[in-house]
Amino acid sequence: MAKALVFIDNPGAALKKSSLELLTIARSLGDVVVAVNGELHDDVVAALGAQGASALYRPSATDLDDYLVAPKAAYLAAVVAASGAGTVLLENTADGKEIAARLGVKLNAGVITDVVGVDADGTAHKSVLAGSYTTTAKARTAVAVLTIKPNSVDVGTPAAASTPETATIDVPADATANAARVTGRAEKPVSGRPELTEARIVVAGGRGVDGDFGPLEELADVLGGALGASRAATDAGWIGHDYQVGQTGKTVSPQLYISAGISGAIQQKAGMQTSKVIVAINKDAESPIFEIADFGIVGDLFKVVPQATEEIKKRKG
Amino acid sequence: MKIVVLVKHVPDAQFDRHLTGPGNTVDRDESILSELDEYALEAALQLSEARGGAKAGNEVIALSMGPAGAVNAVKKSLQIGASSGAHLSDDALAGSDAAATSLALAAAIRHLGADSPVDLVLTGMASTDGETSLVPAQLAERLGLPQVTFASSLEVNGERIVARRDGDAHADTVEASLPALVSVTDQINEPRYPNFKGILAAKKKKITALTLADIGVDAAQVGAAGSLTAVETAEARPPRTAGTIITDEGDAGIKLVEFLAAQKLL
Repeated sequence: MAKALVFIDNPGAALKKSSLELLTIARSLGDVVVAVNGELHDDVVAALGAQGASALYRPSATDLDDYLVAPKAAYLAAVVAASGAGTVLLENTADGKEIAARLGVKLNAGVITDVVGVDADGTAHKSVLAGSYTTTAKARTAVAVLTIKPNSVDVGTPAAASTPETATIDVPADATANAARVTGRAEKPVSGRPELTEARIVVAGGRGVDGDFGPLEELADVLGGALGASRAATDAGWIGHDYQVGQTGKTVSPQLYISAGISGAIQQKAGMQTSKVIVAINKDAESPIFEIADFGIVGDLFKVVPQATEEIKKRKG
Repeated sequence: MKIVVLVKHVPDAQFDRHLTGPGNTVDRDESILSELDEYALEAALQLSEARGGAKAGNEVIALSMGPAGAVNAVKKSLQIGASSGAHLSDDALAGSDAAATSLALAAAIRHLGADSPVDLVLTGMASTDGETSLVPAQLAERLGLPQVTFASSLEVNGERIVARRDGDAHADTVEASLPALVSVTDQINEPRYPNFKGILAAKKKKITALTLADIGVDAAQVGAAGSLTAVETAEARPPRTAGTIITDEGDAGIKLVEFLAAQKLL
């Protein structure tokens, strides 16, 4: 039976939704095997079993996080050799794509990024040119490496759980020799909101917020959503670059995207136009954002947004 | 210091972009120097200038791969301040995926380093057309270089480079030894514009035309034939149409919530 390998980098104490999505896709492709890096909790091992993983691989080295991607690619190449996997699935993060890139060269394997769906025969579905086209692509090689965007599939569970066999894979001795080393790490404060790229709802502000994201934060919180921003807002220093949605920031594809005080320049649209429902609030009726909004409000966000927040609170009792 | 900066001629994202032809490749009419590559070029120029510029033997070579028009990305780079350029162009390259592109570019960089070694390869964080971000990491793998990607600051001290890299959960300080490959984000600097003097000076600068034969790559290894992935179908996404637009008359917040409730989004 064909084998699909899922890579989970530092799974933590519980499997993330994006990991569950990778496992769901892997099951549709064949026998599921998993490679992890970093600490592995018993609960995670049990969860991987419940997800139908038949084998679980761990690296012989514990310091892979001290380097940028290269040693992880070397480790994964060794896992592919040991497991005989025909498909490798990774998260579509910056690191995930670069590990995939290097793995592709090591294995002479085709790499497809930004994948939103995979057919049983390995055909990958993706959207390109900022969501203006949907394409299908296929690797022409024995091994295919795919990076999957979050919110691509509904998470499922298999009929039968399994007990994965575990094995330790030797990380090649030269894997770290010429890799860039991480010599300092500053943890960023955790907001408590969902991660922007994975959020089901995103509330984003632009130039029109004029330095005050307060009302948008309150709306995001009452909706259980993430906060986003246009480049104009991050360049002005009103909010961190991590929040930027758009061509040079993050691409989001939530169920609901609320844009407040953003004109909708094409670079901004590039990052959000595959959102299912788009709401736009802007004082300027000529803003291009209204061309793609499902519901547009020409008005002052400082009046509209707090009123909406209060109304939602009232309805939620 | 010898720096190679990768520059790409991409369709202007200000306008609608299209896929065309049997391989569903990007239509490259109306193309410009990729905005994200300007940050890489600026970073290269700053490193060169800090070491005394061209007079002190520093070189910034702008390298582009692509059809005839791609030479415009090289010319623009020379106007901005690159010391020389190279344009890898060959009919067999058409339709190359990331693997084939990185294979050809790696060979071109080795060729440019034949006389004196390349110390640093600089790229943008992504192209603004393919947007896969695969090529920098694949080039590093092929050239056996440490990769420092998504750098938001960059310093070179002797043989060591120190960069800052912002992730979601943490900001890292990353170090590597030269030679290395670095990709930079749009946070690293403010790219300069070409000035009149630069535009005049660019006319005297050399652009080396390279073909696959020059860099020792077989046509079968690149282009659609040498690509490891194939785009099978492409469909234009139906354009989003505008929905309901209202003007706030004091109750737009309530109407918004009614809309969200009707869409089952609350």
